[in-house]
Amino acid sequence: MSDALFKYLVRLADDTVILSHRLGEWCGHASHIEEDVAMTNISLDLIGQARNLYSYAAEVEGKGRDEDQLAYLRNEREFTNLILVEQPNGDFGKTMARQLLYSAFMLPFWEAMMASKDKQLAAIAAKAEKEVAYHLRHAAEWTIRLGDGTPESHRRMQEGIDELWMYTGELFAKDEVEKELIEAGIAIDPESLRGAWERTIEEVVTRATLKRPEDGWMHVGGRNGVHTEHLGHALSDFQYLQRAYPDCTW
Amino acid sequence: MTEQHTPLWEVFIRARNGMAHRHAGSVHAADAEMALQAARDVYTRRGEGLSLWVVPSNAIVANDPDEKGMMFEPTADKIYRHPTFYEIPEEVGNM
Repeated sequence: MSDALFKYLVRLADDTVILSHRLGEWCGHASHIEEDVAMTNISLDLIGQARNLYSYAAEVEGKGRDEDQLAYLRNEREFTNLILVEQPNGDFGKTMARQLLYSAFMLPFWEAMMASKDKQLAAIAAKAEKEVAYHLRHAAEWTIRLGDGTPESHRRMQEGIDELWMYTGELFAKDEVEKELIEAGIAIDPESLRGAWERTIEEVVTRATLKRPEDGWMHVGGRNGVHTEHLGHALSDFQYLQRAYPDCTW
Repeated sequence: MTEQHTPLWEVFIRARNGMAHRHAGSVHAADAEMALQAARDVYTRRGEGLSLWVVPSNAIVANDPDEKGMMFEPTADKIYRHPTFYEIPEEVGNM
């Protein structure tokens, strides 16, 4: 059980830390200062969630590792984040599409997790739920404005959603790790969130005058450490300092 | 060009219940909803507020700086308007 819980926590932590890194890449590059601050705020919320999850994972593992070792000293095959969150930022529309697709899942996820039998996870969920509610609102409002904006913003927003759609199937995938914890009342069955996710996406996409892509082949593998080429490049940035100067602090 | 597409909004924050909203600064945003989000993101990051107002900057009517003599100088010698000529009993507290 503790082995499954460790893996489950690291998966969630890896999702948040990698997406946080991606949003952090916008720092100093957004179209205007307000949005620059908005994206880094979200990035910091996700870092906070990652710290809570990694710390708890390290405690469950009981091998003396800490949050930093889990975040900075594992290789890409050991990272088990969703492939969706490692996708490059692209343009602002694609970044908002990624945020929308992820947050629309994570909001009902954390809401459900607040009732988990694992008290620590339930507490992490209570904090994360409020944060993600805002992330979803922020991404949804931008999606609506870009989709229902100029012909160019509409085209870019649609392309962002289209390009990322094949990574959304992984949100609902589950393996033995999840099944064991779902039975124990600790983890959330992702299938139970599909309705809420579909409704949110449908509503936002419709208001944005965009088309919901057709479900086709879905790209999975992240939960087993099989990633797209992009994760390694992201990690080389993200982990650089600890790799180049082991144990450095400041 | 940028101004035309992204209007300016003035941001007011109320820090606590019972306090008045105070001007905090301004943000650029395409519409009211986005202005509220930008104000939240830029000006309430450190727990500054419980309530936010955003107002289109161009909706604010300001006095003409050239008229400040007429507008404000006549009050300068009317010190009797300051309530400093009588004692306020302790029990009254803040006025």
